[in-house]
Amino acid sequence: MTQGSESDAIVVTGACGRLGKRLVRQLHREGPVIALDRRPFPDKPKDVEHYPVNLLKSNLSEAFKGRAIRALVHLGVAHNPRDKSEHNHMWNVAGFLKLLEWVQRYQIPKLVLLSSANAYGPRADNAQFLSEDAPLLASGAFSEMRDLVEVDITAQSFLWKHADTETVILRPSHILGTVRNAPSNYLRLKVAPTVLGFDPMMQVVHQDDVVQALRMAVRPGMRGIFNISGPPPLRLSKALKLLGRSKVAVPYSAAKLAMDGFWRMRIASFPAPELDYIRFVCMVDDSKARNTLGYFPEHGLLATLRAVDDERWD
Amino acid sequence: MNGSKSALRIAERALQKLLPLTEKAASATRHAFDGVTEKALGDDFQERVQALKDRYARLGDDPFGMDPDVAKYGAMVTAFLHRLYFRSEVLGIEHVPAGGALLVSNHSGQLPWDGAMICTALFLDSDPPRLVRSMIEKWVPTLPFISTFFYRAGQVVGVPANARHLLQRGELVLVFPEGVRGISKPFTRRYQLERFGRGFMRLALETGVPIVPVAVIGAEEQYISFGNLEPVARALNLPVLPVVPQVLLGGLPLPTKYHIRFGEPMRFHNAITDDDGIEENVFLIKRTIQSMLDEGLKSRKGIFR
Repeated sequence: MTQGSESDAIVVTGACGRLGKRLVRQLHREGPVIALDRRPFPDKPKDVEHYPVNLLKSNLSEAFKGRAIRALVHLGVAHNPRDKSEHNHMWNVAGFLKLLEWVQRYQIPKLVLLSSANAYGPRADNAQFLSEDAPLLASGAFSEMRDLVEVDITAQSFLWKHADTETVILRPSHILGTVRNAPSNYLRLKVAPTVLGFDPMMQVVHQDDVVQALRMAVRPGMRGIFNISGPPPLRLSKALKLLGRSKVAVPYSAAKLAMDGFWRMRIASFPAPELDYIRFVCMVDDSKARNTLGYFPEHGLLATLRAVDDERWD
Repeated sequence: MNGSKSALRIAERALQKLLPLTEKAASATRHAFDGVTEKALGDDFQERVQALKDRYARLGDDPFGMDPDVAKYGAMVTAFLHRLYFRSEVLGIEHVPAGGALLVSNHSGQLPWDGAMICTALFLDSDPPRLVRSMIEKWVPTLPFISTFFYRAGQVVGVPANARHLLQRGELVLVFPEGVRGISKPFTRRYQLERFGRGFMRLALETGVPIVPVAVIGAEEQYISFGNLEPVARALNLPVLPVVPQVLLGGLPLPTKYHIRFGEPMRFHNAITDDDGIEENVFLIKRTIQSMLDEGLKSRKGIFR
């Protein structure tokens, strides 16, 4: 497979998410971008082609055929625990397998997957900083994380099997910003519940730093698995303090019961097992990304934390 | 939705009223505690805490969550044991290098007071004061409060990656290669080293730090264990269940006199793959610690003196 040139297109799945839009806005200045997302893209830049396709069902040849494509960036791993899990599973895992077929059929020289450091799972006996070869153990306790882990593992085997496609897997720590993921939602709470007697260290990374990392991963020559993190780690309590949030410490057993109840009543936006993310450490060593990828987070600690309060309509 | 909003508002109100009160109470207790310990531990205690703070200000924030202001409370409690209860005598502490090093010690005494006393000695008796990072059991992080306190006092979960990270940062890491075998040994086998694990030697070779052999005398007699109830321990899923009659008398250790000896740092340069070499090095360290123990036993006047 030949290396793609600058004028070849980059395909972005999940392009209409908050992170996807930010990435597309960066990429389209450098070359053509094809956005794949079943959601609408109302304020898309004019030169971006948007195909409202379903990765699982649609025929993607319309988007791929006769085009020179230099990379496919997959942001479309949905972690929406509200959806029925079989539906999510179909969407995430089967959709990704379909996508890999297209990568092979059209001989796309680069595949970038945005996974997550959460796939390692928060555990009491975690090393403080997990390296890329640590096992992905999140699926043991969190059935909701199973898809993410499965997609990540599928991408890993693709990486080893298909040497002619440069595969990059990025595993960023908690992404903060206007994105609507669990950590950002949690830090937006005015009164944040914490688990009594636990105050783990945590890592955060600004959404735009993740966009930078994705852009670096798209460059030819880069391949492999990279952890991504932002400013130095901090205690959960310090993060809440810096954001001026109050916290209510709840004993673990009570918190678990309450979360189970809230989850069923649809008040809580994340299920009870994910409480472990505010109980144990799940941090990564991103030195490989810094040395090999040339990644460096530009946003400091305060800027990263405060990004969760930025205007949310973009 | 309205219901949850007003509940939140009430919670917020209550917090605003209650938080300042509890904070005031906490800070008053803290001040009282600080005053008492300062009197007991002398003026230079605060200076030592400050010296540690300066060191970590230079090193950058601790990625493991250590906070010198919390570590000092740990030191205050153990300082009482170190100075008054075990009346520790410290020898050769000047051998501990200024940068990163692996402290390797004999392990004994049913409860890890030997580790606590080594840490306290380096905090109170070393110039400049050092904070020893020791490795805690993997289940400790599941305990509320205790885990938070341990992390802030500078302890880290015992996995090799953590030790490597700390040594590369220039910290002192304390390990007991005998592990549970050592701490639970019966009274009849006191001062006879158990089998040494080899992980510590790999760590030293990987990070290139020197090894400081440490011998603790006194801890081996603090609890008199008649043996280990292995079948019961296995049934209860415990690592060991020693038979210690003292538990019935309140469980305090005997006030034996501690002698803590630090040996000269030893450096090794084998290849990490050289298993035979590693075995030899481990044997060398074990022999050094055993001879330090023998020497210390010969020169002490009695168990309590």
